[in-house]
Amino acid sequence: MRGATRVKWAAGAVVVALAAGACGGGSSGGGGSTNGIVRASWGDPQNPLEPADTNEVQGGKVLDMIFRGLKKYNPKTAAAENWIAQSITSTDSQTFDIKLKSGWTFSNGEPVNADSFINAWNYGAALKNAQLNASFFAPIAGYAQVHPDATGASAVTDKLSGLHKVSDTEFTVKLSSKFALFPDTLGYSAFYPLPQSFFTNHSAWLAKPIGNGPYEISSYTKGTGMNLVKWDGYKGSDAASNKGVDLRVYTDNNTAYTDLQAGNLDLVDDIPASQLKNVKNDLGSRYINVPAGIIQTIAFPLYSSRWNTPNSAKIRQGLSMAINRQQITQQIFQNTRTPASDWTSPVLGDAGGFKQGLCGQECTYNPSKAKQVIAQAGGLPGGHITISYNADTGSHKEWVDAVCNSINNALGNNTACVGAPVGTFADFRNKITNKQQNDPFRAGWQMDYPLIQDFLQPQYYTNASSNDSHYSNANFDNLVNQANAASSSSESVSKFQDAEKQLVIDMPAIPLWYQNGSAGYSSNVSNVFLNPFSVPVYNEINVK
Amino acid sequence: MPDGHDPHGHDPLEPIDPSQGPIAPAGGYGGGFDLANADAETLEKGPSHAQEPGGPAGKPRSLWSDAWRDLRRNPIFIISALIILFLVFISLWPGTIATQDPLAANLAKAQAGPEAGHPFGFDSQGRDVYTRVVYGARASVTVGVCATLGVVILGSILGGLAGFFVGWWDAVLSRISDIFFGIPVVLGGLVFLSVVTNSSVWPVIGFMVLLGWPQIARIARGSVITARQNDYVQAARALGAGNSRMLLRHIAPNAVAPVIVVGTIALGTYIALEATLSYLGVGLKPPTVSWGIDISDASSQIRNAPHMLLWPAGALSLTVLAFIMLGDAVRDALDPKLR
Amino acid sequence: MGRYVIRRLLQMIPVFIGSTFLIFFMVYALGDPVAALFGDRAPDPATAAQIRHDLYLDHSLPAQYIHYMGNLFKGDFGTAFNGQSVLQLMGDAFPVTIRLTIVAIIFEIIIGITLGVLTGMKRGKPVDTGVLLLTLVVISVPTFVTGYVLQYIFGVQLKWTAPSVSPSAPFNELILPGLVLALVSLAYVTRLTRTSIAENTRGDYVRTAVAKGLPRRRVIIRHLLRNSLIPVVTFIGTDIGALMGGAIVTERIFNIHGVGYNLYQGILRNNAPTVVGFVTILVLVFLIANLLVDLLYAVLDPRIRYA
Repeated sequence: MRGATRVKWAAGAVVVALAAGACGGGSSGGGGSTNGIVRASWGDPQNPLEPADTNEVQGGKVLDMIFRGLKKYNPKTAAAENWIAQSITSTDSQTFDIKLKSGWTFSNGEPVNADSFINAWNYGAALKNAQLNASFFAPIAGYAQVHPDATGASAVTDKLSGLHKVSDTEFTVKLSSKFALFPDTLGYSAFYPLPQSFFTNHSAWLAKPIGNGPYEISSYTKGTGMNLVKWDGYKGSDAASNKGVDLRVYTDNNTAYTDLQAGNLDLVDDIPASQLKNVKNDLGSRYINVPAGIIQTIAFPLYSSRWNTPNSAKIRQGLSMAINRQQITQQIFQNTRTPASDWTSPVLGDAGGFKQGLCGQECTYNPSKAKQVIAQAGGLPGGHITISYNADTGSHKEWVDAVCNSINNALGNNTACVGAPVGTFADFRNKITNKQQNDPFRAGWQMDYPLIQDFLQPQYYTNASSNDSHYSNANFDNLVNQANAASSSSESVSKFQDAEKQLVIDMPAIPLWYQNGSAGYSSNVSNVFLNPFSVPVYNEINVK
Repeated sequence: MPDGHDPHGHDPLEPIDPSQGPIAPAGGYGGGFDLANADAETLEKGPSHAQEPGGPAGKPRSLWSDAWRDLRRNPIFIISALIILFLVFISLWPGTIATQDPLAANLAKAQAGPEAGHPFGFDSQGRDVYTRVVYGARASVTVGVCATLGVVILGSILGGLAGFFVGWWDAVLSRISDIFFGIPVVLGGLVFLSVVTNSSVWPVIGFMVLLGWPQIARIARGSVITARQNDYVQAARALGAGNSRMLLRHIAPNAVAPVIVVGTIALGTYIALEATLSYLGVGLKPPTVSWGIDISDASSQIRNAPHMLLWPAGALSLTVLAFIMLGDAVRDALDPKLR
Repeated sequence: MGRYVIRRLLQMIPVFIGSTFLIFFMVYALGDPVAALFGDRAPDPATAAQIRHDLYLDHSLPAQYIHYMGNLFKGDFGTAFNGQSVLQLMGDAFPVTIRLTIVAIIFEIIIGITLGVLTGMKRGKPVDTGVLLLTLVVISVPTFVTGYVLQYIFGVQLKWTAPSVSPSAPFNELILPGLVLALVSLAYVTRLTRTSIAENTRGDYVRTAVAKGLPRRRVIIRHLLRNSLIPVVTFIGTDIGALMGGAIVTERIFNIHGVGYNLYQGILRNNAPTVVGFVTILVLVFLIANLLVDLLYAVLDPRIRYA
């Protein structure tokens, strides 16, 4: 289970560069009557809009409007509910029998059947298609043959041997190892079905993607905007309650916000940081600020000699205690983030594994103790540290400076910690991937699916896909394995929480805060809310 | 306004020939038109400069020493020099007028307005704006002045030579400058400056010179091309004046004005550009304090805390004003038409 | 003159090759673009290798460059990471940016030169002082702030114009963005004009013209201004590039999807085809602009001749 971060990096991108926006992209123009159409802000998708190639939130937003998969995450509770799937059953947690509801079609009239899924998943997994989300198919048997892991290796076949068609409405999935929660991952966009036209006329499909969701695309101008209209043939129970959505690309969320103020836009799903102080004044009750499945942390390069000494865990704990999360979330983020006290997210709910205060005093601001702990552990390595972040997306500078100032105040040394900007996200990621970090760096995690497993395993399991700290602890791994093999979800959750307690001791990453989704809307629309992924639930929006 | 206060119209040392009074048709122009004054300037000089090239070879009074003599008496020069001295002073010893630590942050005070002991209020991190304005002078003035000097020196030498010699030298230099024009600042900054990890100002200055020289070069080239057409330059050439003498004595003083104008304004834009580079993560690194960084941080908060922008931007304005005045004074002093 | 122009046009060839290589090399120096495509997740090596192979990134720098240039001569400018062809990106972005630049330059010429003449003729008068103060404001206050404030006043408060420019970006919507874009350059143009005017009012020919009793307007336009314009024209020539390629802030404030934005995205994502394509076109624009400037010299000052 690769983690998911599809938004992590987009979350940043959104903040500054890709704000969203909306104002009738060409068709409905400025203010006034919008004929039942929602005018919403958007950012230019980073990749072509193929389900298995979209790993950021802007493209994902559209896919979630034009596609429905086997499962859908409830926009309010985050629970994975059967959608196109009639049932997904397994006797051994390894082979799953998937039955489809009948009567579903794509908006071009093609039926949604077992082949729609099998072909789509084969396409997504095949190495030659170089899909960014290919790794989501890794649990399926035969993945190694269609997508060998080593550089330069070539695929033996382009069909996953674990996928087997039983009938038009039934297929089976065999995994290479047991994974009881597999069905709950199937709401992710990489697992959406694809129509034949995707394969027969690929470029036409990319120019105007065709799906099976509540909306269909009426026009798409790359880099500018997209007009979606309600698809009347949609079979699901979540049909659009508006006539359509005009997505308009904004390159700066400040502009989208200004357009909202001017009445040219109905929905901005990313309030610019600089307007957070004014937003309640400007919008009143039309401002949304709700928890989302995103946590931000400061990760440490545990491979670096500066951070792999016996005492360095103590130093990390000391640093964590030196950060005044409460004050920073208040003053810098205007309460659009909540101080973190574990490594998951409140959207999981208590039953799902979120546990406030799990981290205990190690995540509680206590400057005098912080100073004492760090001093006892021999002080900061080399006397000072940097916190590195990418400068091109997201307004990371402000909070990194604030975190450093908090640490500096606790330690009584104004240069103990300084921010270290890196020019581009690409450079930043390359330094992390190539293990070239010597000091802590900003990290964030946006869940792919609302499971505690998704917050812990991809980031902290030995050699996991997003284990940027290269943290490795036998006890943690062992508890995660037990959790995955657990027979009940409550037992699984409690094992995951036991594993999480190991993170308190080793502190491979300091939890900072849970990020909220924020949005603002015009008086033209109502019933606007955000799902746990901080994406607006477009199909529920009513237009006056 | 000191800038417009033109001393040359009234220089007491240069008696105006009464026989050549203002010729502007009296009352012929609207009230505000000051051609009369302009004429007085024009006329007092007469055509004497035409003789200069062949002038007394014995002991020519250097144009440059004349200029310096003029400058010292120019009140605009004196005012601008005082401001600049003050900036240099606080750059060297900021602690003498600001006793707090520019890095000390009290987040509880974020964006708060002025209070006792904090006359300019606080920034987003709860740092004292007054202290940061004082401490920011060092990096910003260094960047502005050194980048401008570098750009002006490199640009006017290369551009001047291109304009003077034309031909293949001009072609090569101009085409190289075209390529340099093409390098986007963002790309150049990321490539050249991302390898720099210390917080020194010199890589930033070097980068600005590297990307900034083509503009001054083209301005200088254009001015030299114009200046070398002047009668007295042609005359000097006919009289066998050497290239270096022609360039320095006759062309440079006539071509320098646009370079000074662009240079003095560019000084301000370099200080601001430093902030752009910092914003990109490749400029001055923390904990360096600079006006540019503070202006950049303040601009997104303009609706919430305008005072954060006002003071560093004011300091930048004062600096630019001082150098614009200095530039005006120097240009006037060098203008051969006034000699 | 004709031969001069032809020679200058021929010089475009080495400049073209030089700038494409330089920019290609610089983007290459930015580093590997592939890891960033995966977001915060570590790329799996096989997919990354496949992407590198598809993008021809698994070859040496010279081979990549030759491959790129080969495609270029076939009219293929490559593809951006979002799947759009660079040719199409340029086709969308350049017309908008050219319109924006034209508006900005018109502002520079009309407002800048007018103010320059005014202040140059009235040195020390209140108007001169006022313009100087405005100049200081324009230099010291970031474009982001002036742009945002103007956008807020005219777009939200007064509702004279929509805050953002529509995708088709017609001229009338570009007036405010054009003004914002021109602001800093206006400072240069105004002061250059002012200085030239002030200097030339002392010139022999002006004295002569005035002595001949020519009307004031004619003196200013025919004699003074014409001879004062060379530095101004030079500056505007050099400014075209900055206006076209560097309008990132203005474009963002007004949501204009122009050259600056595309170039910026291309750079941040280390996408060589996008960056090289856009910069190459920009360099060609400078070459032509500079040629026009040089030809204008001869118009403004007939003593200047080109062999």
